[in-house]
Amino acid sequence: MSTLARPPAGMTMRSVGDASRANSEVRLSVEQVSYAYSLNPAQAPLFTLEATSFQARAGEIVAILGPNASGKSTLLKLIAGSLEPLSGRVLLNGFATHSLSVKTRAQRIAMVQQESPLLFPSRAWEFVIQGRHPHGRSLRFESAADVSIAQNALAQVGAAELSDRWMAELSGGEKQRVILARALAQQPLLLLLDEPTLHLDIAAQVDLLHGLRRLAVENRYTVVVVTHELNLAAEYADQVLLIQRGKCLRAGAPSAVYQRELLEQVFHTSLTVELGPSGRPRVHVAADREEGK
Amino acid sequence: MRPLTIQRLFLQCGILTGILFVVVIVALKAGAVEVSLFALGRDLIRVLVHHGGEIKSDYGLIVMNIRLPRILLGIFVGASLSVAGTGFQALLRNPLADPYVLGVSNGAALGAILALIVSPHLSLLPQIADLLTPLGAFLGAAATIAAVYILGRRQGQIDSTTLLLGGVITASFLSAIIMFLMTSVTGSNLRGMAFWLMGNLSTSLQPSVYWVLGIGFVVATGAIYTTASDLNLLLSGEKEAMHLGVDLARVRLVVYIAASLLTGLAVSVSGAIGYVGLLVPHVMRQLFGSDHRTLLPTAALGGAIAVVIADTVARTIVPPAELPVGAMTALVGAPLFIYLLRRGIA
Repeated sequence: MSTLARPPAGMTMRSVGDASRANSEVRLSVEQVSYAYSLNPAQAPLFTLEATSFQARAGEIVAILGPNASGKSTLLKLIAGSLEPLSGRVLLNGFATHSLSVKTRAQRIAMVQQESPLLFPSRAWEFVIQGRHPHGRSLRFESAADVSIAQNALAQVGAAELSDRWMAELSGGEKQRVILARALAQQPLLLLLDEPTLHLDIAAQVDLLHGLRRLAVENRYTVVVVTHELNLAAEYADQVLLIQRGKCLRAGAPSAVYQRELLEQVFHTSLTVELGPSGRPRVHVAADREEGK
Repeated sequence: MRPLTIQRLFLQCGILTGILFVVVIVALKAGAVEVSLFALGRDLIRVLVHHGGEIKSDYGLIVMNIRLPRILLGIFVGASLSVAGTGFQALLRNPLADPYVLGVSNGAALGAILALIVSPHLSLLPQIADLLTPLGAFLGAAATIAAVYILGRRQGQIDSTTLLLGGVITASFLSAIIMFLMTSVTGSNLRGMAFWLMGNLSTSLQPSVYWVLGIGFVVATGAIYTTASDLNLLLSGEKEAMHLGVDLARVRLVVYIAASLLTGLAVSVSGAIGYVGLLVPHVMRQLFGSDHRTLLPTAALGGAIAVVIADTVARTIVPPAELPVGAMTALVGAPLFIYLLRRGIA
């Protein structure tokens, strides 16, 4: 078993991502963004996110990794523009995401969250066509174009046959695909996903990430995904950000970030890191975990 | 995929309007005084072409001056309560929400009861004295809306959970005051007070009040309808709705104020008629789906049909006595609700 102690600097492993990197300009630019959360402005903040920066191009997938309560979701909300940064800015094609109107933001940014239960029954297609909402006036009825965009979105995630099913009848994996289809129906520039693989079995997880990779390339989305799945992130992301207690420890290609000492320090457990057959790092929980460590 | 079209919306509303029309005719005909269908049709047309003065017979008087206003009131109250219930269920994300969940009815009842206690001590013209009770009820409802709104705010924005809790607490506090007044104030109009607590459509109102109700209904329902597709997105959660471009603060404010206004107007003329605002939206959702663009108008028509039927039964089932319509809606509504609950719908 070979442990990847320190990969050569500037080592590149990805052909698709690198090709897009070379010939497309920066779409998402996170510049020194920080945030502080406190219940009362007079008190010391309960949580702070230190200045974080990274850039992403069209067709790229960025994974945000870190233990629970490290600030991953906060960073995602700052990127989405639903939180205002304390300092710094998030630019999407040159516009600060927080200063966009709610509607314009929804035309450019789609967010896939951990699903909350529906209040009243709804069919899958009704759910997906809601993605067209930011593109229409409030009292408009859906046009033929909206319908075909929604149908395409369902087809793109391989869920065309789910169209007439009730949302409540779908399995976890099917539901996740329909939720993703609604985000695609928004035709966004930026696709954000908050732990999309939660509650999915391993096959559905691989399926989802594989689908995301394909969609990012085909539709030229910039994808930012918050996840706990270190190996899936290593396999599918062009860049990873490692966050611990509100501090971005490292950002870059998976091979540059996945170092044993660093990951062990962040996740507080013994790990081994090796190079997988795809040329990307793989993380294993060390079987010979020492007592009391 | 079958998205809603304007044709389908009109078809659904057309069918319900037809049913409402039939129900109104039956309600006009039913009662202690027999009226022939022919005479009814002839006189209705005369009224429509503004020749109401030509109706001479005493049945005409009963039908046009007693039954018709009461039916119109039933239509208004039923439609208002159902639209308000639909709005509150979506806004509070709670299928058990009804127009009274935020305490508006208790506020209105308290206002009405205070007016009933005070009015004998004031020497007012009869026309103004008649208006005092609905006015007191409306002021009570408005004060409650304002109080619950202040209670329900968090960091300057309405928070659905806080709003719901604020409403429930306010309602129980107000009903304690009502109980106190009813037991401690002697010689007051207890029957009138019971009216506000049970719901009744037998009040005679001046024509101007009908205009106020009608305009209030159109404005408030129109305001809620502008948020119809936003309410659809709210069904999958507030955060999701926000990420799909819903201006949550605006939608909450519009729906909360407009639905409260509808409830306040309805309660101030009829007391608190139960179950209509809770059940009609659920039944319409079963029939026509959860899309608020069709749910709001169909619920309005469905509510009107339900209340006119309930009131007609209530005033004809044990002649010459009349049941309060609220007793009727509760008698039918409670078992129907249990049925929906058992089927896992509500």
